[in-house]
Amino acid sequence: MISEPYDQEAGQAFRSILREAMRRRSAFKEAVLPKIHIGMSTCGIASGALETKNAFETALNECGLSALIHSIGCIGHCYAEPVVIVERPGFPPILYYKVTPGKARMIVKSYLAEGDPLFEHLLGAMEENDLIPSVMDFPRFSRETRVITEKCGRIDPEDIYEYLAEGGYAALAGVLGRNPDHIIREITESGLRGRGGAGFPTGQKWMLARNADAGQKAIICNADEGDPGAYMDRTILESNPYQILEGMAICAYAVGARKGTIYIRAEYPLAVKILRCAVEQARVLGFLGKSILGTSFGLEIDLFEGSGAFVCGEETALIQSIQGDRGMPRHRPPYPAQKGLWNQPTVINNVKTFALVPTILAQGAAWFKSIGTETSPGTAIFSVVGSVVHPGLVEIPTGVTLKALILDICGGIPNKKRFKAVQIGGPSGGCLPEELLATPIDFDSLTEAGAMMGSGGMVVMDEDTCMVDVARYFLDFTQKESCGKCTFCRIGTFHLLRILERITRGEGREGDLEQLEELSIQIKEGSLCGFGKTAPNPVLTSLRYFRKEYEAHIREKRCPSGMCRALTAYYIDLEKCARGCDACVGSCPVEAIFTTEDRKKAVDQSLCVKCGECMVSCPVEYSAVKKVSPPHLAPVILRPVEKEAKKNA
Amino acid sequence: MGNMVKLIVDGTELEVEEGTVLLDACLDHGIYIPHLCHLKGMEQPPASCRLCFVSIEGIAHPVPSCTLTVREGMVVQTDTNAVRGLQISALRLLLSVHDVDCAHCPANKKCALQKIAKFLHIGLKAKGLEIYLKEPRVVQDHPLIDYYPNRCVLCGRCIRVCRAQNGLPLMSFAKRGFDTVISFYGAASTLGCKTCFACLKICPVGAITLKTPNS
Ligand SMILES: Cc1cc2nc3c(=O)[nH]c(=O)nc-3n(C[C@H](O)[C@H](O)[C@H](O)COP(=O)(O)O)c2cc1C
Ligand code: SF4
Ligand code: SF4
Ligand code: FES
Repeated sequence: MISEPYDQEAGQAFRSILREAMRRRSAFKEAVLPKIHIGMSTCGIASGALETKNAFETALNECGLSALIHSIGCIGHCYAEPVVIVERPGFPPILYYKVTPGKARMIVKSYLAEGDPLFEHLLGAMEENDLIPSVMDFPRFSRETRVITEKCGRIDPEDIYEYLAEGGYAALAGVLGRNPDHIIREITESGLRGRGGAGFPTGQKWMLARNADAGQKAIICNADEGDPGAYMDRTILESNPYQILEGMAICAYAVGARKGTIYIRAEYPLAVKILRCAVEQARVLGFLGKSILGTSFGLEIDLFEGSGAFVCGEETALIQSIQGDRGMPRHRPPYPAQKGLWNQPTVINNVKTFALVPTILAQGAAWFKSIGTETSPGTAIFSVVGSVVHPGLVEIPTGVTLKALILDICGGIPNKKRFKAVQIGGPSGGCLPEELLATPIDFDSLTEAGAMMGSGGMVVMDEDTCMVDVARYFLDFTQKESCGKCTFCRIGTFHLLRILERITRGEGREGDLEQLEELSIQIKEGSLCGFGKTAPNPVLTSLRYFRKEYEAHIREKRCPSGMCRALTAYYIDLEKCARGCDACVGSCPVEAIFTTEDRKKAVDQSLCVKCGECMVSCPVEYSAVKKVSPPHLAPVILRPVEKEAKKNA
Repeated sequence: MGNMVKLIVDGTELEVEEGTVLLDACLDHGIYIPHLCHLKGMEQPPASCRLCFVSIEGIAHPVPSCTLTVREGMVVQTDTNAVRGLQISALRLLLSVHDVDCAHCPANKKCALQKIAKFLHIGLKAKGLEIYLKEPRVVQDHPLIDYYPNRCVLCGRCIRVCRAQNGLPLMSFAKRGFDTVISFYGAASTLGCKTCFACLKICPVGAITLKTPNS
């Protein structure tokens, strides 16, 4: 544990900055005005947080009230955005969800002006009290353990003093002047494993770089998060960039680097803006620059905006990309920690890994090790999306089961559907079935099940999902993103994709499954980088756990979940169809619906494009539109004229 | 001459200079290992063709021999089942996107693919895999050179020799996945090509050819 500044001067410099931070914070806290905290990360803004903020300002003006509006980062509850926390003197802080401009006006007029907290619009109070139920009554709040995101959604990401007032930069101040070996030992003892996917022990990586005898060394923060549906890193960057900068500074001090780079996706403009602001503020206060807190240790951090290729997240490709070459991975060893950016020993860590470092040093390795499992200590952040009631970012101790995460914490599957599978670890992860929901979430258990921790993307799928189509979807992604360098990945995944496409079109053949398996294994064994080595995982796991579904596609030309268009048909049950009703007719984009002789409706199969619009438009009391697979199960109903023509012929 | 190290390849002891790339050491001693992307004497092997696998005692999985340097006491097998399995699958994948039309190809009889297929005892028509070819069949945007995407094995040798000759590569990989090709940056930068043609000479197949009057 490193709690006290060691270097006298650095300690003094830090304490004087901290005093200013605390002074500012007390001024804010003690203001008798109401406070309105609005989540202004990308997710909040996408849900309308800017309009909400304007609405608050206008309503306050109209009512002649004053309040302090405080922009904060994201608290991770995407289903509830825009999220607003309102503190009214005399009341506990209250969290309101989906605060539209209309709701914002109501909160001002009813709650701030008249004292009615609008029970129907609040999610809960942020602290225990006698008046309003606490958010801690919900598993989505109470079962989380916030270590990485502890300060996310609590501080203004563009005000370094708020980070300081919450305990920020104490770890860096405590580290300066100490023996770097002690710092690395603390990280090693904590058991910290990299959160970028592979789970490599961070202490070991740092030691390798520290021991490399080279003049200059480099550190890189990998913020290239490219998994479809994953946005943990973005949220941290947008909600608390300082913690990452502090972690990087500690790492640089420990390994002896004076130059750091943050490789960030250019598609994250808000994160880039916030990060630039944070770097600038850190420099002004002496947490970055030539002489950090007046010591002889200096660190400059630059941002590098990546072009958005998925494979640039792979560490060697990332380095190529910074060096101005096409982002293609290279053979390892040598590992970047031995020979990385411009051939200097280079530590590359993920955003979350760096963000964990200050907390581990402040609270101690033993504390960190006490959270989660023995072999993957600490917490993991997942962005849980897809068919769940409460999607969003969830931080949990490792070892929590998939079942607890999906069914309890995230509220289970909406619309009374059944759980079918969960895809973990992004496009290279695996699809795990219901039988494996008891799997604990840690690096080793997930890998054993055929998935992987990856960087924390999790897509939950319900019974309406076709697993063959899911595998096809992911392989389409991989094939488009393969850097094209090595034979197995470039050509092998192309064959996988083509076979999967054929199967979903109903053109599967005997032998396809064996070929999928054989190719998958070859690609895993033969590919050059982690991308190719994991790309077949969606195919292998869906084959392992949902083989029957593949067989139905190939042998019966049937898609059990009715998702593959070529294998399904829509028809109208004449028993149920209401004579004279024509709700479906207008909904069909291709005019495939016609009127039968007894004034009911039927689908012309030769025109139908299988969009399913008719099924949506048919009034529930009739529910006459049916979907079947294989398509030949749909009864053939001829148009009246055709019948005539047939009779005549 | 530097220090010599002794290693055993397929049961035979070789004595080679320290620092030699294992693939070169084997080739120099008449032990053939299929390979396409390796260029002797160039740093940082691309290890992209995935053909030069060997088994090393003490390492569970086959390793590309172009990425290893010889070590004293190294025990190498170049023809285990695992090695041959990977080589055959890599070659079959390459052939599944290859326009096998040797009679009309300038590389006929000196083509690396023909040599490797013969060595591995497999035919040039990839069995079991569908054949997929790219469009267009010929890219003619260079004033002096034509490029045949369906002959190219994307070994990248041309790019590396071009960089070595000119300090800057005048060509590069373009696009991704199956669509990956070699691309020249455009005619403006190709003035030096007239006296060079290093790429054409180094290509192990017939993917880069001189423009012919009727092409
Ligand atoms: C195809 C591919 C994509 C990757 N993308 C990312 C990424 O977006 N972010 C990341 O931190 N690591 C990514 N990685 C892992 C990195 O190569 C590297 O292991 C990681 O940044 C190391 O950090 P850590 O030790 O903190 O996990 C990717 C790896 C592969 C093979
Ligand atoms: S495995 Fe795929 S992404 Fe990795 S080097 Fe090979 S082609 Fe490129
Ligand atoms: S053109 Fe020839 S040398 Fe260049 S990548 Fe293709 S096969 Fe290799
Ligand atoms: S020669 Fe070694 S991988 Fe190509």
